Amino acid sequence: MKTNHTKLASAVVVVLAGLSLAACSTGGDPQTGGNSGGDSTEPVTITYTNFISSGANEANLDTIVKAFEDENPGIKVEVTTMPYADYFTALQTDIVAGTVADVFDIEYANYGAYQASGVLAAIDGVDTSVYQSSLAEAYATDGTQYALPSSFSNVVLFYNKDLFDAAGVAYPSDDWTWADEKAAAEALTNQEAGVWGDYQPISYNEYYKAVAQAGGEFLSADGKTAAFNSDPGLAAAAWLTEKSGTVMPTAEMGAGTADFDTNLFADGKLAMWHTGIWMFGSLAEADFAWDIAVEPGDTQKASAMFSNAIAISATSKHQEAAAKWAAYMTSSDTMVDVRLAAGWELPPIADQSKLDAYLTAGAPANRQAVFDSLKAVALAPSIGDNQTQMQDDVTNALTEIAAGRQTIAEAIPATATAVDALLG
Amino acid sequence: MSAQSCWDAPRQFVRAQLRGRGLVEDRRTTVSGTKLDPKRLDRDETDPRRQVGDPGNETSPGANANPRSASEDESGRLGLVPRANPSRRTAAKRPPKSQLPKRRAQTPRPKSRRSQFAYAATIVLFLAPSAIPLLLFTFVPMVRAAWTSLHQWNMLSPMRWVGLDNYVKAIHDPATQHAFFNTLYYIVGYLPLVFVGGLGLALALNAAIPLRSWLRGVYFLPVVTSWIVVALVWRWLLNPSVGIVNYLLGLIGIDGPGWWTDPSWAMPSIILASVWKDLGFVMIILLAGLQTIPTDLYEAARLDGAGWWSRLIHVTLPMLSPTSFFVVVISLINGFQVFDQVYAMTGGGPAGASQVVVEKVYDLTFRYGQAGLASAISWLLFIVILGVTVIQMIGQRKWVNND
Repeated sequence: MKTNHTKLASAVVVVLAGLSLAACSTGGDPQTGGNSGGDSTEPVTITYTNFISSGANEANLDTIVKAFEDENPGIKVEVTTMPYADYFTALQTDIVAGTVADVFDIEYANYGAYQASGVLAAIDGVDTSVYQSSLAEAYATDGTQYALPSSFSNVVLFYNKDLFDAAGVAYPSDDWTWADEKAAAEALTNQEAGVWGDYQPISYNEYYKAVAQAGGEFLSADGKTAAFNSDPGLAAAAWLTEKSGTVMPTAEMGAGTADFDTNLFADGKLAMWHTGIWMFGSLAEADFAWDIAVEPGDTQKASAMFSNAIAISATSKHQEAAAKWAAYMTSSDTMVDVRLAAGWELPPIADQSKLDAYLTAGAPANRQAVFDSLKAVALAPSIGDNQTQMQDDVTNALTEIAAGRQTIAEAIPATATAVDALLG
Repeated sequence: MSAQSCWDAPRQFVRAQLRGRGLVEDRRTTVSGTKLDPKRLDRDETDPRRQVGDPGNETSPGANANPRSASEDESGRLGLVPRANPSRRTAAKRPPKSQLPKRRAQTPRPKSRRSQFAYAATIVLFLAPSAIPLLLFTFVPMVRAAWTSLHQWNMLSPMRWVGLDNYVKAIHDPATQHAFFNTLYYIVGYLPLVFVGGLGLALALNAAIPLRSWLRGVYFLPVVTSWIVVALVWRWLLNPSVGIVNYLLGLIGIDGPGWWTDPSWAMPSIILASVWKDLGFVMIILLAGLQTIPTDLYEAARLDGAGWWSRLIHVTLPMLSPTSFFVVVISLINGFQVFDQVYAMTGGGPAGASQVVVEKVYDLTFRYGQAGLASAISWLLFIVILGVTVIQMIGQRKWVNND
């Protein structure tokens, strides 16, 4: 009896271990473990982790996945969606733990660090001529493609037409400068009614762009030193921080916390709002008239452009199937149609005629501003391993200036020194 | 098994590594684990009075008088009070050491090799559920963190050997020093408040007042609530513009501070929320300690004319010192490892004003790609906690009243 029990116990342990291993393997089905993918006789399941659909576009991503699976009966795509704020922490943990998905999202700012670390598979046999060349090139290193651009977006000036009408202020136009924006913001702010004239996040992502708008550079041309300890850099810091408390709510009122600005604008309490075109969807039900314009510049126009990309894990066992999905998710007509219909950022494709539908897809009316903004782009600096620390340092300095705890003259030079150290 | 749970395992692994708990488990997992009290562990091994029918008990006068059994039953019904320490009831009447037998009389003595093996196997079997997780999620990560701390590693590229450079860098880095300073600031603010507050609650709820059991449950509720929820609620209560706290302060004419948006108030905000959450834990442990104090001591003191205050100072506090010591050790270790509330309430801000050591470790590891430096700081923190705990253990002989 005793030996029987022991055998039974051992058997149970072995079976349980086997089950958990099978469930944990990224391939899902053990039968396809050694399959290189793409073989239509045996189904392959690939995993895809993303942040681009998080928040408003999960159903749109599902539509694209279903269309892909219909066209490729041998491949199943298992999707995991995470919010952007947690995404890169989770991705890094998964890479270290060896549990990373076959296909995953990255963004331009961290492409360099991932590529250099060897976690991205080289993508061969994908026709990159279907992408806008500048976007495809951004994700190629030494002539080899390591990721495919999946979308791009930019930041424009949203404005509430009703508030402008009520205050008798002219709508923003393409020839507006900072001075025009400031004058309008002051005229539109009515603190007693809880209405604010302007909202621009006090952060690194606004700062490098504002430096360019003031005619300066964030980094030197060779990328080895910080270049924002200059007149344009100081002017940009003043532009971002002086709004707080005058035409824009302060941090103590909630500025900078999640969804604060979105709610303020959606409630009709904010006249002008600097934010990305990914917000179109969340304003679909706004009960006031709103539109967008190209962001005003100081001495020149410069708009922020963000691009996302899809990469394949170097450790994926299904390279071929993964590449098929990555190409489909970044260049298929289904993807283009779904994105344009939903106003879900912009597809990275080269064929501009396919983008025409975007211009007439609904509110806001002036969608041409999205393309006009691309004429003068301030590219995000990408410095590798210390990227996040640099961004935090700059954001912290600006926050301290806005709160009145440091002056521009002391905070900006100190931050430039700190960034120099991170570059070295 | 879902894909999610497969993902959880490595995260928990890394989290355990991050916490680097060396000596004592998180109290949240061991609310009833008063056996962690090193004194008590000691006593379990050596104190023969724990044995049923031990002659040592018979010789102690009044051992069969059980004045506190009623209130113990009551706390037991609440279901929250650890039934700690029945032996302490007789602690005051410990017989002279020389009278105690040197060894336990009832220790099972395996006779044959076969039964010796069965005995060992039984021990292993019963230890395994706690020993295996401890090994896998505490000791293995600690050793691996030590290895990582000797390397430069962004968690993506291969590790690069740098020897002790990370330790040198950590010790000289002003930001790390600042994080250690903030952690100390937290402890200095948190520990006295939570101890005095918890003691006050325990004294109040040890007296015969209406709704006593219910109130004990109410005060214990925050202890079993998730820190993320508590932190978000406090963030909202302490909201500088729309928070209830500043509104109430405004009613009595005080212009409330910026709380978590103001560098000089960020740490007090965190301390306030932490004290509120942990009061119940301290209360419940001290309450258990209070109930082990024999009533005859109070009666004797009363006969001698001692008032409430004298009884507190000369009877309650000395008799409570072993329990107080346990609470202080646990709270101090938890204080050094403070993380959840900082992460959820301020994220270490504004501008690093509330950045504590574990949060620094988290940032360096998962956001700044410096796992080596983060591991070095984890080990420095471990050494500090170990040092403080050793000092306490030595000081215990002097500070704690065992009679």
